[in-house]
Amino acid sequence: MIPSAVPPKFKVEIDREKCMLCGRCVEECSWGVYRKERDRIVIYSNRCGACQRCVVMCPRNAITVRENTTCWRSHPLWTAEVREDIINQSKTGRVLLSATGNAMDYPIYFDRIVLDACQVTNPPIDPLREPMELRTYIGKKPKKLEFEFVEEEVDGKKIKKAKLKTKIAPNLKLETPIMIAHMSYGALSLNAHLAMAKAVKECGTYMGSGEGGLHRALYPYADHIITQVASGRFGVDVDYLNRGAAIEIKIGQGAKPGIGGHLPGEKVTAEVSMTRMIPEGTDAISPAPHHDIYSIEDLAQLVRSLKEATRWKKPVFVKIAAVHNVAAIANGIATSDADAVVIDGFRGGTGAAPKVFRDHVGIPLEMAIAAVDERLREEGVRNEISIIASGGIRSSADVFKAIALGADAVYIGTAALIALGCRVCGRCYTGQCAWGIATQKPELVERLDVEEGARRVANLIKAWTLELKELLGAAGINAIESLRGNRDRLRGVGLNEVELKALGIKHAGF
Amino acid sequence: MCGIIGFISRKKRMIRGDKIAIALDSLKERGNGQGSGYVGYGIYPDYKDCYALHVFLKNTPTYHKIIDRVKSILGMYGVVVKDEEIPVKEGVLKKEFIPWRFFYHFHDSYRDIENDLMVNIVMEINDKVDGAFVFSSGKNLGVFKATGWPKEVAEFYRLEEYEGYMWLGHARYPTNTRGWWGGAHPFNILNWSVVHNGEITSYGTNKRYVESFGYKCRMFTDTEVVAYIFDLLIRKHRLPVEYALSAIAPKFWDEIDRMEEEERKIHEAIRMTYGPAALNGPFAIVVGTHEGMVFMNGEIEENNTLIGLTDRVKLRPLVAAEKDDLVFVSSEEAAIRRICPELDKVEMPDAGTPIIVRLE
Repeated sequence: MIPSAVPPKFKVEIDREKCMLCGRCVEECSWGVYRKERDRIVIYSNRCGACQRCVVMCPRNAITVRENTTCWRSHPLWTAEVREDIINQSKTGRVLLSATGNAMDYPIYFDRIVLDACQVTNPPIDPLREPMELRTYIGKKPKKLEFEFVEEEVDGKKIKKAKLKTKIAPNLKLETPIMIAHMSYGALSLNAHLAMAKAVKECGTYMGSGEGGLHRALYPYADHIITQVASGRFGVDVDYLNRGAAIEIKIGQGAKPGIGGHLPGEKVTAEVSMTRMIPEGTDAISPAPHHDIYSIEDLAQLVRSLKEATRWKKPVFVKIAAVHNVAAIANGIATSDADAVVIDGFRGGTGAAPKVFRDHVGIPLEMAIAAVDERLREEGVRNEISIIASGGIRSSADVFKAIALGADAVYIGTAALIALGCRVCGRCYTGQCAWGIATQKPELVERLDVEEGARRVANLIKAWTLELKELLGAAGINAIESLRGNRDRLRGVGLNEVELKALGIKHAGF
Repeated sequence: MCGIIGFISRKKRMIRGDKIAIALDSLKERGNGQGSGYVGYGIYPDYKDCYALHVFLKNTPTYHKIIDRVKSILGMYGVVVKDEEIPVKEGVLKKEFIPWRFFYHFHDSYRDIENDLMVNIVMEINDKVDGAFVFSSGKNLGVFKATGWPKEVAEFYRLEEYEGYMWLGHARYPTNTRGWWGGAHPFNILNWSVVHNGEITSYGTNKRYVESFGYKCRMFTDTEVVAYIFDLLIRKHRLPVEYALSAIAPKFWDEIDRMEEEERKIHEAIRMTYGPAALNGPFAIVVGTHEGMVFMNGEIEENNTLIGLTDRVKLRPLVAAEKDDLVFVSSEEAAIRRICPELDKVEMPDAGTPIIVRLE
C-alpha cells in the first residue's frame, strides 16, 4: 500500500489555558474537527477547512487556525498544491472538485484601474446636499423615441400636442445597480434565500432564483426575483415564469464555462425535490448544453417562447460565461428579443466546479465587459440592450469600474454570502456548511437567522450604494447613466499597451 | 470658467458683428486669451442657399494641396460655387491656420439627404484630411474663431464687416485640453452652433454614444459633442425641442415620479432611451440654429432660434435679458449692459430650465 494522505492544509490549536471544555466547538464544527474525550478536546486538523465557525463561536477565544505551510519542500513548479492534487487524483481516479471562484494568480484588472475626481475646473458634487441618482432600468430600450402630434382643444384654442408614440418594453427598475446573482435553492439553504430576498426587496433591487426553482416561501418576494431557466429546467412551469419579475436563461457560468451542473442526491431533500420537481434523493443534473439550443437561432426561439409564455410582460435575460468569443455571442443575443445579456467572468463563484475548469477556463470579467460594450456599440445596438456584469465583484469600487467600462448593473454572489456569514472556505459542495448557507441539513440551516441575515445583506448593498454616490459626486456626475461606458474617467496603472487597448482606457499620466 | 454672450433680434434686424465683440470683451477675464470666437447668423445673404464651409488649413507652404483634397471630397457630391481665404487683418494674431471658406451646393439628386451628407463630409474631412478642420458648415452663417483675446479675434476676422440677426460669442479659459484654434468656441455642425461654459463630466459616455451614430469627435474638446447631440436628437430623431432639452438636462427622478401619468411616461422614456445623451457636470450652454425644427406644438418653423440652458444643479451662471425685439443671454449681466444699458427685463433661468427664443 502506498500511503496517500496529504498533510493537513490548516493547523488548529486550542489554548488549553483558556479552554473551559464547554464543548461548543464540538457542537459547532460540522466537519468533525473536534471530539470531546473525557477532559480533553481532541483535534483532527486534517478535516479543517478554516471556515472559522469554531473560532468565532468559542466563548473564550481559545481557538486559532493557521495555515499549515511548513512541511513541503518548496519548488516553483511543483507547488504544494500541484503535488497534493496529483496524490489525490492518483488515489481516486476522479475529477477534482472545488468551489468559489478561480483561485489562480491571474491579474485582477479591477485592482489595476484607478478612478478620477474633480479638482478646481468643475466642482465635486456633495451627495448629502445634491440629488445623486442611481436608478437604473434593465431591459430593452428603443433606438429612438417617436412622437406624434395630436390636435387638442385647450380653452377654445386648438393646439398641437406631442404624444409619445413609441412603446417601451417592460424593464426592471433598480434603485441601485447592484443585484444578487443566481444561486440555486438546493445549493443554498432556504434561509439563505429568504434573507437575500428580504434584503433585495428592501433595497429596491433584485435577486436571481438560481436554477433550482422557486420555493413557495419565496412567493411573497417573487416581484423582486429573476427566475432562471437553465439546462436542467428544474422547477420551470408557466406559473414559475409568470411569478418572477424577469426570466434569465442560463447558458453558461463563469466558474465553469462549457459544462453543466450537478447537485448531489444528498442535498435533494423533500423540500428541494418539490421545488425542483424531481424525485427526492436523486442527483439533479444540468446538462452542459440546453438540449433545445444548438445554435444562436435556437436561443432566439427560446427567448421568444418564454416571452410568449409570459405574454411579453417579462424581460428575458441571457447569461453567458465570459469566453474568448464573448463579444460576438453577446451581439447575437442583442439582436434576438433578449432584454439583457449577463456576462459572468472567470472569477465567478460556484458551489461546485471541477477545479480544472474553475482555474483555467474563461476570461477576466473586466476584459469581457469592455469587449462586449465596444462590440455592441460598433453594431449600433448598445443602448437597446442592458449589460449585467457578474463574477468576482468585491466592492463598490469594482461596481463603479464595471459600470464605467460599460455595464448597466452588476450581480454580486460571493459578497452577499459573506454578508450572511460565509468565510469562503470553498467546500459548498459537501453540504456541511457550518454557517447554514450551503447546506440542507435542518440543524445547520437553522443557524442562519433570516432577519439578521437580511439586515446584513441589505446593509452591504446600502453601504456600497452610499460609496457609489460619493464616488460619483467626486467625479462630478449626478446620474449613473453618465458613468456608463465613461471610460475617460478610468486610468490603468501598471498595465501594458495590449491590456489598455482591450480595456479601452488610457494609462495614468495621459 | 468661460464667458458666453449671445443675442438675437426677433424682428430679424441686421446688427454689425463688432457689437458682440464689445460685449464679449467685457467678459474677457472669464477667459485667458487661449481661444475666442463668434458665430453670426444671416451674414451671407448673397449665398444664403449655399453651405458655407469654414475650414482651418494648417499654415504650411503647401496648404493649397489641402484645399485640393477638400475640394475633391466636396466635388463628389456637388459644386463649390466660390472659395477664398476668409478676409483677415494680418499681424493681429500668429496665423497658425489659414481660415478658408467654401460656398457649396449639392447636386439635385442629393437634395433630400443633403444634411446627412454634409455631416458625413465634415466627419470625413476632419478625420481623413491632414491639416484641415471644418469648423462651420451651415447655411447663411459663419463661425469665426482663433487662439487670442476676444478683441484680437474680432479684429483679425474684421467682424465689423458682417451683419447678422443673431450673434453668439465665447471667451475661453481652457480646462481640459490645450488651447488651439479648433478648440475655441462656437462649435458648429450644419446650422447648430454651441457655446459652452463648463466641463462635461459625462463626455466619455456622450462621445461614445454619438460615435455609434457615425459622428466623429476630432476637436479634442468636450463641447464638440454637444453640437452633435443637438443634431442627433432634434434633426435626426426629430424630438420636440423641449423634450430634446430634457434629454440633455434630464428632470430628476423625484420630479418625474410626481408628474401626471402621461408626462411621467414621456420623461421616463426619455431618460431610459437617451440616458447616454444627458450632459453631466457643470454647464451653461447657448445654442443657435435656423434649421426647420419641430416644436412642442408640432409645427415646423423655418426660423432662427436661440436656446440657453444650464446643468440640472446650475453650477454655471446664465442670465437672460430683453429690450424691444432683442433677447440677450450671457454669463454676466454686465456684458449685456455694455452694449444695451437700458433693458426691459432681466431674469435668471432656473437650473436645467431652458430659455427658447424664436423669431417673430
